[in-house]
Amino acid sequence: MAFRPIANTRSASGIPTAKLATWWVVGSEIVIFGGLLASYIMHRLAHDAWSEQAAHTNVYIGLFNTFVLLSSSLSAVLAHKAAEEGNGAKAAKLLYYTMGGALIFVLVKSAEWTMEITHGFTITSSTFWSFYYTAAGLHAVHVIAGAIIMGIVAADAKKNQELHRVELIGIYWHFVDIVWIFLFPLLYIAK
Amino acid sequence: MIEYYLVAASSFARDIDMVFDVVFWSVAFWFTLTFGAFIWLIFKFRAKEGVPAQYITGEEKSQKKYISYPHFAVLIFDVLIIVMAVRVWYDVKQDLPPADHTVRVIGQQWAWTFVHPGPDGKIDTADDITEIDELHLQVDSTYHYKLESTDVLHSFSIPVFRLKQDAIPGRVITGWFKPILTGEWDFQCAEICGIGHGIMAARVFVETPAEHEAWMQQAMNQQPGQQSELQLAANAATVGE
Amino acid sequence: MAESAEVSHAPGHDDHHHEESFWSKYVFSTDHKMIAMQYMFTGMAMALIGGFFAYAFRMQLAFPGMDVPFFGTVSPADYNSLVTNHGTIMIFWVAMPVLIAAFGNYLIPLMIGCDDMVFPRINRLSYQIFLLSAIVLIASFFVPGGGFGGAWTSYPPLSAKPEYNLTPLGATLWLVAVALEFVAFLLGGINFITTAMNARAKGMKLYDIPMVIWMIVVASILFMASVGPLIAGAVMLFMDQNVGTAFFDPDKGGDPVLWQHLFWFFGHPEVYVVLLPALGIVAEIITTFSRKKLFAYRTVLYTVFGTGILSFTVWAHHQFIAGVDPRMAHVFTVTTLLISVPIAEMCFVYIATLYGGSITLNTPMLWALAFIGEFLIGGVTGIFLGASGADIYLHDTYFVLAHFHYTFYPIAIIGTYAGFTYWFPKMFGKMMDDRLGRIHFWLTIIPFNLIFIPLFFLGAAGQHRRIYNYEHFPDLQGPLMLGFTYQDFREIATYSLLVMLGAQVIFFYNVIKSWISGEAAGNNPWKANSLEWVATSPPPHGNFSEELEVFRGPYEYSHPDRDEDYWPQNEPA
Repeated sequence: MAFRPIANTRSASGIPTAKLATWWVVGSEIVIFGGLLASYIMHRLAHDAWSEQAAHTNVYIGLFNTFVLLSSSLSAVLAHKAAEEGNGAKAAKLLYYTMGGALIFVLVKSAEWTMEITHGFTITSSTFWSFYYTAAGLHAVHVIAGAIIMGIVAADAKKNQELHRVELIGIYWHFVDIVWIFLFPLLYIAK
Repeated sequence: MIEYYLVAASSFARDIDMVFDVVFWSVAFWFTLTFGAFIWLIFKFRAKEGVPAQYITGEEKSQKKYISYPHFAVLIFDVLIIVMAVRVWYDVKQDLPPADHTVRVIGQQWAWTFVHPGPDGKIDTADDITEIDELHLQVDSTYHYKLESTDVLHSFSIPVFRLKQDAIPGRVITGWFKPILTGEWDFQCAEICGIGHGIMAARVFVETPAEHEAWMQQAMNQQPGQQSELQLAANAATVGE
Repeated sequence: MAESAEVSHAPGHDDHHHEESFWSKYVFSTDHKMIAMQYMFTGMAMALIGGFFAYAFRMQLAFPGMDVPFFGTVSPADYNSLVTNHGTIMIFWVAMPVLIAAFGNYLIPLMIGCDDMVFPRINRLSYQIFLLSAIVLIASFFVPGGGFGGAWTSYPPLSAKPEYNLTPLGATLWLVAVALEFVAFLLGGINFITTAMNARAKGMKLYDIPMVIWMIVVASILFMASVGPLIAGAVMLFMDQNVGTAFFDPDKGGDPVLWQHLFWFFGHPEVYVVLLPALGIVAEIITTFSRKKLFAYRTVLYTVFGTGILSFTVWAHHQFIAGVDPRMAHVFTVTTLLISVPIAEMCFVYIATLYGGSITLNTPMLWALAFIGEFLIGGVTGIFLGASGADIYLHDTYFVLAHFHYTFYPIAIIGTYAGFTYWFPKMFGKMMDDRLGRIHFWLTIIPFNLIFIPLFFLGAAGQHRRIYNYEHFPDLQGPLMLGFTYQDFREIATYSLLVMLGAQVIFFYNVIKSWISGEAAGNNPWKANSLEWVATSPPPHGNFSEELEVFRGPYEYSHPDRDEDYWPQNEPA
């Protein structure tokens, strides 16, 4: 690690700096998704006709992906526990499981989108589909970015370095998970 | 105060001017007082040899009152202004008096089209009168306007009437006004609408009933289609310059 | 966490402070002071561009159709693009980088007594993204079709469809630049907040933090909490422009007013995001030069929080006549007028601080006092616009324009000059020439008022904004008042602008002259209390030669128990 300023070693608030920053990142992401979803909900309430469009989404695929993400969050929690015990190798292994979950999620999502696009529901079909692809797409970008960062954290953890980061990526991952918990009913179930 | 610059040519213009005046005088009073105190303090407490500054924390009640009293005063004046503003707003924007006439106002890049119902009193019939960038109105009668836009946002704003309302594509917004003076005045589009925004000018003509009747007769004898196309072409040419 | 790092980097040992190359010292530095300077000078360069735009369109307004020197003829498209980008630049590329990023970066670590930001490399990344955004914005002026001309508010459908705005590339690049700029300030803001929360010197309690740091931190939180929806909106607008979605297109089920909500939900707190740091700078200066304790520190702090919370509830006063439900106007009139209470209170506190002081009117103090005076005018004219009934008439007239220039100009320009002249001795180790400073002050302040006071009258007389040539409006040609015509007032504003722009040469001359041959400043030329004045001027990489401990608040001036009229925060009792 390159030079670390003294500032980074202090903790006047009692919360570790990195954790604090992670929470602020999550906070700023919450308002981004909050703005998008609030826009969606406002539109949805104004247009009853959207439920007809929403009927074309596949609840079972959405449900499966919800299950995958929730399980991946579980292994992230277990990884945090392992890291607290100082077991870097185990933490890394559990993080790889989580990344596997992310991979399955993205693959299923691609297959789902391919199916929908071939059925003619593209991003320009209607404003419902615009929201559907934009919101889920923005979420998928977060899944992919989170998985990549997780790979870096896991590689460090394997060498028993920077173990505190396992918890941080876990916090981020739970956030990504929770966004999906909001997206799933709004985009798939509400008909 | 605004009447010094512009006549109050609609029934609610005076009310809006009054809100402006009330705000002006309450604000002017407090501003003068605060600004005066500010300037006085600067001169009074200029650094002098051997006179140290006082140590005042401002945390004690006897000290805090110097800021809390003025701020209650601000609050009281705020309430006064809110009451005035809300009442006028209600009259102008929410409470529509029954209409004598209806006129459809269509904003487009970069011209205003006005559709009068003609003798039968209904829009979208054969005897409609269409005018471009000119709005002829009859004095002392209440108009409802149906504001539309065909492309981007525009804003229908007649300063002498103190009237302003944005036009939104895909919506029809209804409002009202009642001209009370005869004359002719400018109006400007008040929401940026592309490169021709600066030339989206129009004139409003408020006429006596007899003049208005004469204008209607004359307008019905003209072919409105030709007139409007000519006008649009002229506008396009001005933008291209 | 990194206990080992603390040992290896014990204070007092600049073991990381070796000879650095030009690139690592000035361009890719992670030192918060260097990054602050990068932000400061990038912001000032952008201010020159924004000022040049103002010059071009003011010349067009005073002398319609003339060949403007150094620009050429101003076509309607040019005019729209000039006003749009003048606004965008002055708010996003001048006020934000200078007030939050430059002063935040410079002051936070120094004033809380630590060696750097907690994440220096994220800090550097933040500046690099910001620089990229500035380059993208400048590039947007030169693409085919020209720069975006749909106003800094960028309302769709005008901004969304190339067939309406005729600047397909310009509009997209404008949007990308703004979005990048937001990302840069989100990264910077997280750094500011965590640094101020965690990296304070030993003994510095919450009420010992200098007001400017509090205000920058609150501003960063406001920015973070309000910008999210607009980032989402920017993604949606980008897709509307380039993918063919219809989020804001009413023909296909979208809603153009949605953008206005997303924009102003950010846009109004944004005013306070830039206002608060400027207010903080003023608080530091007036306490120092009146040798007074800040009046009611805690009240000010709670007022700042109150303003922050209220600022989220007022956004729709920008949309009174935009076609939203007219009943909404009542709610927003109430909240808007309520926010005048904390802001008025802040002004009262500053004025009360002067009472019983020992006031020295040097350049920084003049700027700080001018801030209060001019901002008062900006504040009171806002009441006209917040009152829904009066706003029907005043909306989108020059009255609005003059009003917000009376708020933003004190913030962005006066606040910057106040802070810059006050901390110049710390930044460069030299004193500025006070006489030149005062000449520059008066030659800026007087023309500033002569630009915008006439515009209040033009606005009250019904002249609307963003119109490139008023010759098309016969009613806006005749006599206005006091024997002057409308056009005379436009010319007065333009001539004043020319004087004001010219006077800025004095400032740059003063900076360069003082930097080269100014008197050495010493550590604490103003006899101020806060921690940055403990470090040498300019502070080295790592800032302080020893670990500091804080014993009291930053405003203990003229304390009765002491002979000296100041009491540095780190001096043991």
